[in-house]
Order: sequence, then structure tokens, then C-alpha cells
Amino acid sequence: MPGRPLAVLASRVRVEEKLILAELDRRGVPYEHLDTRQFVATLPPVQSYAAVLGREISQTRQLYACRVLEAAGTPTVNTADVIALCGDKLLTSLELSRRGLPTPRTAVVLSNESALAAIEDFGFPVVIKPLVGSWGRLAAVIRDPETARTVLEHRAALSSPQHQVVYLQELIDKPDRDIRVIVVGDEVLGAYYRCSPDWRTNVARGARSEPCPLTDELVKLSLETARAMGGGLLGVDLIEDRDGRLYVLEVNHTMEFRGFLAAHGDRIDVPGAIVDYLLAQAVW
Amino acid sequence: MAQTCPECEGAVALAEPVRLSEIAQCPDCSAELEVVSLDPVKLETAPEIEEDWGE
Repeated sequence: MPGRPLAVLASRVRVEEKLILAELDRRGVPYEHLDTRQFVATLPPVQSYAAVLGREISQTRQLYACRVLEAAGTPTVNTADVIALCGDKLLTSLELSRRGLPTPRTAVVLSNESALAAIEDFGFPVVIKPLVGSWGRLAAVIRDPETARTVLEHRAALSSPQHQVVYLQELIDKPDRDIRVIVVGDEVLGAYYRCSPDWRTNVARGARSEPCPLTDELVKLSLETARAMGGGLLGVDLIEDRDGRLYVLEVNHTMEFRGFLAAHGDRIDVPGAIVDYLLAQAVW
Repeated sequence: MAQTCPECEGAVALAEPVRLSEIAQCPDCSAELEVVSLDPVKLETAPEIEEDWGE
């Protein structure tokens, strides 16, 4: 070790970031906390860090910060390409379908005006989601044409051009839970169920966390999915239908893991695994 | 460490070590707060959620 310090990109230091920073402190690894709100780079950028861990909550700031850091030769975890792929639901779906990985039936319509007919062709119930965003924000289940019309009218009033793109997905009839799998490099660290009677089973929405046993099928699918996205530190979200078939829903590039800790306690050391992975990428 | 909520003046406890950009919630008014300086420790209301925030 070091020449250069590591850096952790984060504008909000939440539970997860505090645990990671505490692990770096514990190991005596030199690092800087980079708040993206103060990030300035003059081109051409020069390498100042041995490696950078992205824990930024704003996808836009994280993506561009990583582009700049990578241009300077700095290893980033995750890479900008992984962030771009995971951060856009359509790009994720295209990659999953290209590789033949199981995922709910998906369609895209490039304007709200054409969406009603497309939704009726697609069939009800259908889930409509924004291309970018997390925690189930602005996602809606549509069960009939009247609701479709109402949701599309609301979307048409939103200012972002991305909200005029309609991403549709089949609603899988699942038990009241989904599965978050944490992948670190080529290893599945563990998995947990996110249980909620709400169809959106996000921990940020109050879902309950329970340990999920690792089956060969779950491990294989999660690793194949993580590889498809470009690898790194990833939270793979899976759902199971009533017959137990697994589907990939999405992949998170800056995964929250407080739900994992609630399910597994300190039996699995997530911050330790993250720091191990980061150190393995570092170019001192 | 106890601080005062800038919204309601309620007491907000921060665990040591306090970190810059750390997020805390006021137990009285539920405001989401951010640590904006360490010496001295100062809390401000955290930024509103943005469209591209997420995992």
C-alpha cells in the first residue's frame, strides 16, 4: 500500500456508508470522502486515488464522476458502464433478454400518446415503471384501461423527457416477497427475502427482511446476471412466481444492505467484503 | 453527541464518530437532517429527494 489514498464517493453518509468508512478506519486504510456536490475536475483529469468506491445516491453525479475518474486511470467500483447499464431499466432488460436470462415480459413505448393501445395489447395487469429511479418510486400496477389512462395523463404532465418513455412489465403473481442477492465479484455473499403485502417490496418502503437460503439455481442466476451487467458489487433483485420459477427484476449498482444486515446480523460481513473487493482493484 | 434540530429545536442524538454528510432524523419533528460541518458540528435540513436518487 499506498502512494495514493482510496476515495469513497458519497453525498449522503447513511448507515451503509458509515459501516464502510468504519471498516476502512479499522484497517487503517488511507481514504478520502469525496462529496460529489463539491466534485470539480479539470481536463485532462489526473489520477489521485488508488481506487474509488461509488456510494453516491445521485445516479447522474455518480455516473459522471466515475467517467472522469476512469479517464484518469482510476479503478472505480462499480465502473461507469455498470452504473449506466444498471441505472436504466430498459438497458438492463435489453441485456438480460440478449443473454436469455429469465425476466418478466417487458415492452417499451416511446411516447405516452401511443402507450394506451400498447398497454391494452400487452394485457392487464401490467406494471409501469420509470426508466430511472429506485424504491418503487412512480411505479404503478395497472389493472384496467381507465387506470392506464389516468396514469398516462399524470406521466404526460411530468417534465422529464424520460417520463414520456413508457416501460411496461408483466406483473408476476408472486408470494408477498422478493429476493435481494448480494454479489461481490465472482461470489454470492448471501441473500434475503424482502417481505411485504405491498407489491413493492422495498426495504425503504418498510418491507421486513428475512434470511433466504442459497440454492444452486439462485446462485447461478445471480452470478450470470452480475456478469451480464459487467460485474462488481451488485444487488440482484429476483422474484419467484407461484411455481417457484425465478426471474431477474433489476440490478442495483449502489446497493443498500441494511435489510441484509437485519436478516443476517453480523454472520456475514458485508462492509468487510466490500472493502476487500475495493482493495483488490486498487492501483497504488 | 446531542445536537439541536434546526427545524423544531428538538434534541438530536448523533453516534460517535460523527461524519460529514451523515444523515440523521429528528425524533421530534421527523425532519431529515444532514451534518454539514464537524468543527463545530452543525446540522441543516437535508436536501429533498431527487428524481435520479437510488440504489
